[in-house]
Amino acid sequence: MLLIHCPYCGETLPETEFAYAGEAHIARPENPSEQTDAEWVEYLFMRSNVKGVHFERWRHIHGCGRFFNAARHTVTDKFLTTYKAGEPRPDIEALTGIKAGVKEGEK
Amino acid sequence: MTFDKKTAGGVTIEELPAEARFSLRVRDGERAAVAGALGLELTDTVGVMTSGSGRKALCLGPDEWVLSGAPGDAAAITAACAGVYDAAPHSLVEISEREIFIRASGPAVEALMATGVARDLSRIGPGQGARTVFDGTPVVLVREKTDSFRLNVWRSFAPHLLGHLFHVQKELASGL
Ligand SMILES: [Zn+2]
Repeated sequence: MLLIHCPYCGETLPETEFAYAGEAHIARPENPSEQTDAEWVEYLFMRSNVKGVHFERWRHIHGCGRFFNAARHTVTDKFLTTYKAGEPRPDIEALTGIKAGVKEGEK
Repeated sequence: MTFDKKTAGGVTIEELPAEARFSLRVRDGERAAVAGALGLELTDTVGVMTSGSGRKALCLGPDEWVLSGAPGDAAAITAACAGVYDAAPHSLVEISEREIFIRASGPAVEALMATGVARDLSRIGPGQGARTVFDGTPVVLVREKTDSFRLNVWRSFAPHLLGHLFHVQKELASGL
């Protein structure tokens, strides 16, 4: 079982209390009506599918209920860090020396 | 749902009497006003329980508490919060009928709890608690004393949870 640190509870807790919620830092377009179909496809469906460090959302659904973000290595399943929703993406390379998989052209 | 108290294998499993319970959601700016109206402190440290005026508040999340009080206190809690609602908007929902309350206590209680809870129980001290999962069932767990835990479980999940507890109690009693 994975152990996940909830940044709101301040505790490292069993995976069974959490739900995975997809890739993190995907901003909803500010002006939806101005989006082209291709842009909507990109926003709705296209994900980076990283082999390496992945930034992803989790929800502590059977605990405090909060969504937060995590950086997890998709090969080893190791959580490098977790941080509160709304906080900037941490510099993983500086923290761990591992290059994070960020899709080209992404913010 | 009711069941008989049973002591065996170093643990006692019993049902606790009904109480008034509420789910309270309030943001930082309004928290002090609501706490003042209720006559207790509301901590924003998840897992910590505070008490005052005969009521208890367990912090479940950064803006969420479960309030409990004597069965006759429900109307007074509702009125106290309604009194400050205009100045301090919040959400207060009565959930008194939603759960049944189980106490497991005794020298072997940690062994019993560890069969259902994947958390490190030593991280939950007396007077602390959490919303967590017990053998797949969502529960609110409170450690009342070192050797006494309280489980608040939704009624529909109670038969499963009690089945698990009594089964493990038999295993403990048989020396497994
Ligand atoms: Zn949490």
